[in-house]
Amino acid sequence: MTPLAGCLLVSSLLFSVGLAGALTRRSAILVLAGIELMLNAANLNFIAFWRFGAHPEALTGLMFVIFSIAVAAAEAAVGLALILAIYRHARTSDVSEITEMKG
Amino acid sequence: MITVIHVAWIVRNLWLIPVLPILAAGLSAPLGRPQRRLAAGLAIGSMTIALVLALMAFAEALAHPFLQVSNFGWMQFGNEWVQLGWLLDPLAAVMLVMVTFVGLLIFIYSIGYMAHDENFTRFFCFLSLFAGAMLGVVIANSLLLLFMCWEVVGLTSYLLIGFWFQRPAAAAAARKAFITTRVGDLGLLIGMVWLYAQTGTLVFYDYGRGCLEQSATAAMAAHATVAGMAVSTAIGLLIFCGAVGKSGQVPLHVWLPDAMEGPTPVSALIHAATMVAAGVYLVARVYPLMAASSSTLQVVAWVGAVTALFAACIAVAQNDIKRILAYSTVSQLGYMMLGLGVGGVAVGMFHLITHAFFKALLFLGAGSVIHGCTEEQDIRNMGGLRRFMPVTFATYSAGMLALCGFPLFAGFWSKDAILHAAHGWGISRGPFYLGAIGALLTAFYMTRQMYYVFFGPQHLTDAGTGAATAAGHGPADGTHGEDVEPVAAARPGEVCAIEDPHESPSVMTVPLSILAVFAVFLGFVGTPAWPWFQAFLAGGAAKFDLAGFSEPGLMSLMVTSSLIVFAGLLLGWWFYGRRPILRATDPDALERLAPPLFHALGNRLYVDELYSVTVIALVRFSAAFASWLDRWIFGGAVRMVGWVVTGVSWLDAGVDRFVVNGGFEEGCREVSRGGRLLSRLQDGRVQTYLRVIAAALVVLAVWLLWGRRG
Repeated sequence: MTPLAGCLLVSSLLFSVGLAGALTRRSAILVLAGIELMLNAANLNFIAFWRFGAHPEALTGLMFVIFSIAVAAAEAAVGLALILAIYRHARTSDVSEITEMKG
Repeated sequence: MITVIHVAWIVRNLWLIPVLPILAAGLSAPLGRPQRRLAAGLAIGSMTIALVLALMAFAEALAHPFLQVSNFGWMQFGNEWVQLGWLLDPLAAVMLVMVTFVGLLIFIYSIGYMAHDENFTRFFCFLSLFAGAMLGVVIANSLLLLFMCWEVVGLTSYLLIGFWFQRPAAAAAARKAFITTRVGDLGLLIGMVWLYAQTGTLVFYDYGRGCLEQSATAAMAAHATVAGMAVSTAIGLLIFCGAVGKSGQVPLHVWLPDAMEGPTPVSALIHAATMVAAGVYLVARVYPLMAASSSTLQVVAWVGAVTALFAACIAVAQNDIKRILAYSTVSQLGYMMLGLGVGGVAVGMFHLITHAFFKALLFLGAGSVIHGCTEEQDIRNMGGLRRFMPVTFATYSAGMLALCGFPLFAGFWSKDAILHAAHGWGISRGPFYLGAIGALLTAFYMTRQMYYVFFGPQHLTDAGTGAATAAGHGPADGTHGEDVEPVAAARPGEVCAIEDPHESPSVMTVPLSILAVFAVFLGFVGTPAWPWFQAFLAGGAAKFDLAGFSEPGLMSLMVTSSLIVFAGLLLGWWFYGRRPILRATDPDALERLAPPLFHALGNRLYVDELYSVTVIALVRFSAAFASWLDRWIFGGAVRMVGWVVTGVSWLDAGVDRFVVNGGFEEGCREVSRGGRLLSRLQDGRVQTYLRVIAAALVVLAVWLLWGRRG
C-alpha cells in the first residue's frame, strides 16, 4: 500500500463517516458537524494529492486547503447562525421536524 | 255639386268642434276621483264652446247654403296621398247643432243623475270622448275619417254601456253591443275598401274628384258586378250594413235594448239621440251613392219599414221603462231609414232631428223617474207618479205625444212626412202599411207606459211583496230580458228601504223642460206649409204658403194618420186607463186577452234565442273546432318538433357530459395525481434531499468505475 492510497483510504472513511452523520443525525448541529467532516475529508485529499503528486515543491495544495479551511470556518459560522435562527423560530433543532419547504 | 267659391273661417276651423270635447276627455282622463267639479266643468265647458262654434257653422250654412270643404293630405304611401278633410253643408250643420245642443243638455243632466256615482270623473271623460267622436262623424269629409270616428263612437258606447261593469248584465250588454255592431262594421269596412278600389279616393267631395260626385257615382253605377248588380249598389249595401249595425235595424237590433244597462244619460245621448242616428246620418251622407241605383234605396226602405213595425210590436209587451223606450228607438230609427229610402235625405233627417229631441227627453224623463223611485225600472212597480213628479210628468207627456205623432207635436210633422213619402212611393205600398201599423202600436205602447208609470195608485210601497211574487210568477218574469233579470230579482230585498218617490233636482228638470219645448215646437220648421227644413237641406229658400197643404192626398193622409194616433191612444186607454191598475202583480190587460202572443212579444219574439241557436252556436262550434285544431293538430306538430329537439339536446348533453367533459376531467385528474406524486418528493426534509443526492452520487461513482473497467 502506498502512502497515497493509505491517505485516500482514510479520507474516504472520513467522508463516509461525515456523510452518514449528515444523513442520519437529527440534530442540526450534528448534521453540520458531519458536513465539516466531509469537508475535511476533501481537504485531506487535497493535501495527499499535493504531497505525493508531481510537484510537491509548489505550495498549491497547501494554499488551496488553507482557503478551504477559512471558507469552512465562515460556513460553520453562517450555518450555526442559521440553526440558531431556526431554533428561535421553531423551538427545535431537529431537522426531521422542520418541513416548511414541503411541496 | 256646386263648386266652392270661398272657404269661411269657421269652415277652415271646423275641426275645433270635435277636437275640443276630445281634448276635454284627454285632460279629464288622468284626473283623480275627487276632482268631480273639474271633470264636469271641462266636459261642459268644451261642449258649450263646441255649441257656440256649431251655431257659427250653422249661421255660415244659413248664409251660404251649399257645400264647403276643407281637405288636406294626411299621409303618403307610394305615390298616393291619403286625403282627409271636413265639410260643412246644411246637413252637417243641422247635425252639429243637434249633437252639441242635446249633448250639452244631457251633460248638465248627468251632473244630477250621476251625483252619487264614485266614478263621476271617468263618466264625464267617456262622455266627452263620445261627443267629440260623434261630432267627428258629422263633419267628416272622408269615409276613412268617418270610419275612424265611427269606431271611436262604438268604443265609447261599449265603455259607457259597461260603465257599471261590476254588474254582469252590464258587462255582457257592452260586449254584445260591441260585437253586434262589429258585424255591421265589417260590411262598412269592405264597402270602404271596395269604394277605394273603384274610385281611388275616400274623400266625399273634392271639387269633382270625390267619391260621391257625379263622375265617380256614374262610373260605379255603369259598372256591373256579380248577378248583374251595379258596383254602386253593392258598395251602397255594404255601407248600409254598417248603418244597420249602428242604428239597430233588423236583424242587428238585438244589442240596442240590452244597451239600456248603461246609465240613463248614456241611453239618452248615445242610444237614442246621437250615436244610433249615426247610421241614418251615414246613409244620408252617402246618399248620392245610394241614389245612383234605386235598388239600394229599396233595400233601405224595406229594412226600415220592417224594423219600424217589428220593434213597435215588441215594445208593446216590455215591462222595463227603458227597454220600452229602447224598442221605440229601434222602431223610430226604422222610420228614419224608411224616410231615407222612400223620400230622400230631408225626410229621414227631419225625423232624426225631431226624434233626437223628444227621445232624449223621454230617456231623461225615464231617468228622472228611475232616480225618483230609487233605481226602480219595472213599470209595474211604479204608478201614480203624476202626483209626486209633476215636472217630469208634464215633460214626459210632451215627449210621449211627440213620439206618438199627436197632431201639431214635433213627431207628427216628421212622421207624417215619412208616411206621405211612403204613400207616394212608386214601387210598393208595403212600407206604408207597415209604417202605419207601427204608428198605431207606437201610440198604444206609449199610452200603456204612461198609465203604468204616472196614473193609478202608487205601487212602489207594495212593490216589495209585488216584485217578489212577480219574479216567482211564471208568465210575468218572462217579459224581463234574461240580462235584466238578476238586477230585477235582486231588487225586492232592498225595496223595503224605498221612501216615497220624489221629484228630481232642478239640474235634471231644467234640461227636461228645455227639451220638452223643442219636442212640442220643433216640428214647425218642417210643416208642408213652411218646409223650411227641407228647403234648407236642399240649399234653397222656403216661403210660407198654406197651399202646401193642398197637395193632393196630403190632407187626407194627415187626417188618417191623426186618426191612427187617436186610435192607438184610445186603445191604450181602453186596455190600461179604463180601470186603474191596482196592484203590481195584476196580469197585463193584453196578457189576459192573448197570453201566447203577449209572451212571444215579451220574449222579444225569440230573436236572441234564434241567434243563440244559429249564429252563436255556429260560432261556438267553429271556435271549439278551431281550438281543437289548434290544440291537437298544430299544437301536436309543434309539440312533436319540441320533443325531437329535446331528445337531440339530451343526446348532445350526454355526449358533452360523458365524452367531452369526462375525457377532459380524467386528463385533469391524471395531471393532478402526477403532481401530487411528484410533490411527495419535496417533503421539506433536508436530509431526504441529501440522501437522494448521496444515492445518485453512489450510482454515478459505480457507473464511472464500471464504465472505466468496461
